[in-house]
Amino acid sequence: MNRYSTFGTALHRLAILCYVVFALFPLFWLLKVSVTPNDLLYSEGVRMWPSRMSFEHFRFVLAHSAFPVFFRNSMIVAGATAVIVTLLASLSGYALSRFTFRGKYWLVALMLLTQMFPLVMLVAPIFKMLSPLGLTNSLTGLVIVYTAFNIPFATFLMQSFFDGIPKELEEAAKIDGATQFMAFRQIVLPLTLPGIAATLGFVFTAAWSELLFALMLISGNSAATFPVGLLTFVSKFSVDFGQMMAAGVLALIPACLFFLFIQRYLVQGLTAGAVKG
Amino acid sequence: MASIDIRNVRKNFGIVSVLHGVDLAIKNGEFVVLVGPSGCGKSTLLRMIAGLEEVTEGEIRIDGIRVNERAPKDRDIAMVFQSYALYPHMNVAENMSYGLRIRKAAREKITAAVSNAARKLELQPLLARRPKALSGGQRQRVAMGRAIVRQPKAFLFDEPLSNLDARLREQMRAEIKKLHRDLGATSIYVTHDQIEAMTLADRIVAMHGGVVQQVGSPLELYDRPANLFVASFIGSPAMNFLSARYEVSGETAGARLPDGTLIALSSAYQLEEGAAVTLGLRPEHVEMSPASEGSLRATVDLIEPTGFGIILHLGLHGLPFNVFTLDRAALTAGPTVTVAFPPQHLHLFDETGKRAASLQKGKG
Repeated sequence: MNRYSTFGTALHRLAILCYVVFALFPLFWLLKVSVTPNDLLYSEGVRMWPSRMSFEHFRFVLAHSAFPVFFRNSMIVAGATAVIVTLLASLSGYALSRFTFRGKYWLVALMLLTQMFPLVMLVAPIFKMLSPLGLTNSLTGLVIVYTAFNIPFATFLMQSFFDGIPKELEEAAKIDGATQFMAFRQIVLPLTLPGIAATLGFVFTAAWSELLFALMLISGNSAATFPVGLLTFVSKFSVDFGQMMAAGVLALIPACLFFLFIQRYLVQGLTAGAVKG
Repeated sequence: MASIDIRNVRKNFGIVSVLHGVDLAIKNGEFVVLVGPSGCGKSTLLRMIAGLEEVTEGEIRIDGIRVNERAPKDRDIAMVFQSYALYPHMNVAENMSYGLRIRKAAREKITAAVSNAARKLELQPLLARRPKALSGGQRQRVAMGRAIVRQPKAFLFDEPLSNLDARLREQMRAEIKKLHRDLGATSIYVTHDQIEAMTLADRIVAMHGGVVQQVGSPLELYDRPANLFVASFIGSPAMNFLSARYEVSGETAGARLPDGTLIALSSAYQLEEGAAVTLGLRPEHVEMSPASEGSLRATVDLIEPTGFGIILHLGLHGLPFNVFTLDRAALTAGPTVTVAFPPQHLHLFDETGKRAASLQKGKG
């Protein structure tokens, strides 16, 4: 390695470091505020770490607020949405990737079109539709809305993963004696696990952090999800930053666990060696 | 093992017609090579035999049984793909045994078949490896192993050697030939490489534009190409062509080149006096000689030594004309050379590009 490329590598690493710091700093601040006792929050000025740490905010949030309910609601909504969307998007993505059928072009165009609206425009009509069905103020209603809004993008995502799997693999399986469905299940599906993991992760986080619809369709604490719940820490006269940040830190845990769980499937390169390349 | 009958098979993709009625009867145990340039429909035909493409019209029979409506899995054939198409999440043994496992064969039978095939293809040390840990040649072998463990009725090869480098290709070519000799299985092999076609085939099917141009043994296609396409496609370096007019006087026939030179032909043909014809002569059949009657002067554009022989790129009245010779003296050829056309090696094609019929028996 010559001097120039060493310098280049150093520069490259530095750029990555800058980005990582930039991306992670808000999370660090979240953590810092959540462990700062109330009396130090405004009195210490800007410090990277409080002079005294305390977990009182966490204790309060877990024991005396409705946060556990929000948390449970969010888990149900995000988990159900992720599973349903991934299941449907896998099937539709496979169809778009492998089959030609009438109206395919228009179907894709229509799905793209749904992605072009600002969601705010749709809040009122959706409320109007869900309300007579008794689906406002219910987790089921939220799951339905989230599923509908996530399917187009998830379908395109899954389609691109299926596109990346050579058609010949399925053909080889069919000649070896497999039916179309067996080829899908035994050959394509195992190779699409990274795609499925990515889609699950994407939809889960999208549903986990969605605020607009949750705010509009849910009133009261019993069916509120965690992003809505966070707003309860904002009162008329003050914002309880410490408790809010503690709740935020707790809300990060499932997302982190989820990605920890799927990260081994996210590793690409499973298809390397299938065909020439 | 099985015979394969293809009867008036047509294929349309939407409004585009790819195959215009192909008839072909492949005998039990025969090695047939479909050869032609890209887009001639050879791969489509193979995929139709495999059941991966629907037959628009016509009929395909394997062992006398119509298979048009049968799924690939019910045709009992094996296919080797250009891209190998190995299952990346399975190791070599699992790749090879997939077909048997899916058919719920007995475990002992699977093990025996896999180890038998592995021995034949020298794959034993690699059985536990995943495809990504194999070289191109090894992957190719696994793909062949996957085909032979099942002992199918027929083998289909879709340009199986195209992704290998020249040396490995030669080696695998010999292995495929040996394998066919040992197994005696009916095989259909698609390639655009005419050397592969010549060396492997019992019979070659030359295709162009969705139509079979000629079916015959490799030497038949080389010695008596049925038309201009086959003449130009088979043989390397490719055949030379010259436009001429057919002339006949009494017993002797000749072809008059635009510059007035008369090239003598070995016999008379079923052609009108003055008919436009194309003369064909393979580079290896051109004689370099001192000037004589019917010989032509050509300018030397380029000299390509191949080691084994020498290819001279000449200009004949401004048209490209190649000569292949084993004579190393050609390396020092001057700016011009004299070439002569031995009548017994001349090919004559009529206006439509078809081989002209000779009036003399056994000639043409």
